[in-house]
Amino acid sequence: MSLLTISGLALAVPSAGEWRTLVEEVDLTIGAGEAVGLVGESGSGKSMTARAVLGLTPPGARVSGSIVFDGAEVTSLGAKELRALRARRIGMIFQDPRAHINPVRSVGDFLTEAMVANLGLPAREAAARAVRLLAEVGIGDGARRLRQYPHELSGGLLQRVMIASVLALEPDLILADEPTTALDVTTQSEVMAILDELRRERGMAMLLITHDLELAAATCDRLAVMYAGRIVEAREAGSLTAAPLHPYTSGLLLSRPRLEETVHRLLVIPGRPVAAFEADPGCAFAPRCAHALAACGEARPVFDGTVACTRSAELTLQGES
Amino acid sequence: MTVIQAERLRKVYGEAVAVEEVSFTVEEGESLAIVGESGSGKTTVARMLLGLETPTSGTITVCGRPRAAGRVSSKERRRRAREIQIVFQDPYSSLDKLQRIGDVIATSLSLHFTLTPAELRRRTLELLESVGLAERHAAMLPKQLSGGQRQRVAIARAIAVEPRVLVLDEAVAALDVSIQAQILNLLADLRAPGGMSYVFISHDLAVVNQISDSAIVMHRGAVVERGPTADLLREPQEDYTRALLAAVPRPGWKPSRRGT
Repeated sequence: MSLLTISGLALAVPSAGEWRTLVEEVDLTIGAGEAVGLVGESGSGKSMTARAVLGLTPPGARVSGSIVFDGAEVTSLGAKELRALRARRIGMIFQDPRAHINPVRSVGDFLTEAMVANLGLPAREAAARAVRLLAEVGIGDGARRLRQYPHELSGGLLQRVMIASVLALEPDLILADEPTTALDVTTQSEVMAILDELRRERGMAMLLITHDLELAAATCDRLAVMYAGRIVEAREAGSLTAAPLHPYTSGLLLSRPRLEETVHRLLVIPGRPVAAFEADPGCAFAPRCAHALAACGEARPVFDGTVACTRSAELTLQGES
Repeated sequence: MTVIQAERLRKVYGEAVAVEEVSFTVEEGESLAIVGESGSGKTTVARMLLGLETPTSGTITVCGRPRAAGRVSSKERRRRAREIQIVFQDPYSSLDKLQRIGDVIATSLSLHFTLTPAELRRRTLELLESVGLAERHAAMLPKQLSGGQRQRVAIARAIAVEPRVLVLDEAVAALDVSIQAQILNLLADLRAPGGMSYVFISHDLAVVNQISDSAIVMHRGAVVERGPTADLLREPQEDYTRALLAAVPRPGWKPSRRGT
């Protein structure tokens, strides 16, 4: 049985007297201990999908569909049960740790508060455990770090503190929303390695939200690619990147410059990514798609659990070599 | 011809040394990448090239003319602006939110050229077109454009004055992958005819591989390695360059903890 099952998820926010759809018809499952990457560009609805799992949707948002976590329907939970879910079962790592860690409380307060409040640990024990956790995320001098304040730590160190705070509660699922986007490349590699290793050791599942298909492919078992609020392709990571079935996935893979070779011109996807409410009635990607036929503009292709493209069976698309 | 000659640049803020003994040259039509992570001093170097920061010591020569420190006349500032222009990382903060897109370009043009209103309008539209925008965008405000479109406006504004050197400070870092590819192609197209030189500042080695002929790698304010980009990426000599390369996600890559 899967740990998290999202089915038919749709999310709309009110704007100037009308509903703007940001996410629609999203189906996604995550098994216990499994890592799934949710990949997309800005406006694709990837972050909204992840936030909906925790009930962290924008004020006034209209959410429909079903989100079942460990047998319980999340969308019908009350405030108290949602808090319990966030406190113990599902941990969240945000892109910008500085915006999510109280700047006037010490690192020690940040790390131990949840352990004391949610796990009922005595303060002294929580502090000792915090030092051990910091060591696991590669921060050696934990006792000193606990006395420091967020402004005294670099972004990379602070993100590791945030990972430690999530690991402290031993959640079943980690939602990581662009956890390394604000970090330097060498720090990104290190932070992702730490997250990957510790998550596996503890058997925690992860939903990684990122714009970086390569990063997701390197750290996740399965990938789901989102475009204009919908999942357009969802498959095992290796086969998705080697032989994509959706023209958008192929386009994303080919438009990234490469280290190994220099081409005179990069293959580009023309136009810009659109949000769900901006999309035309047919396939949302059709206006940018090199393989689109007239029929593609008529009806939204149905996502069959693998791909949402009416031409996928007849196309042979290029993946990464 | 050498368009930029930077010699032994050093910049100190209080106790902190931001840039130490950095020297490089940029030839006409060349694209030089300055590679580094946050705190490497790469942006400080860019700002010194533009005259936005004064070097603590060292010299900068642009188009054969030494950049003297201190206040300069508005005539000299305009002359310098024709020599070197910059595109910043964040297209959301580098445009005046109350200025229409057409006026952004026209202001830049009329400051440097004597044009009739008809010529000004024609040239403005030409420039917008050259960066892939249309006439209808001229009447829009920045907030009506996407991030990629705004960055195109910033590029159009910079190339409007036909500079000899264009400095691009992480100019594609904040863009979506599909838009980033469009802007990189645009930069390749713009470079070909005019012989404009680029100083391309970036942390992204794949992007650097695509856009530059030669590169210098900066770490903690100093240059640790330099050479033709292809050689640097295929056969890095320094540990730091190797670490940077190893950290780039690509097919078959796995993240790793440093030193393990």
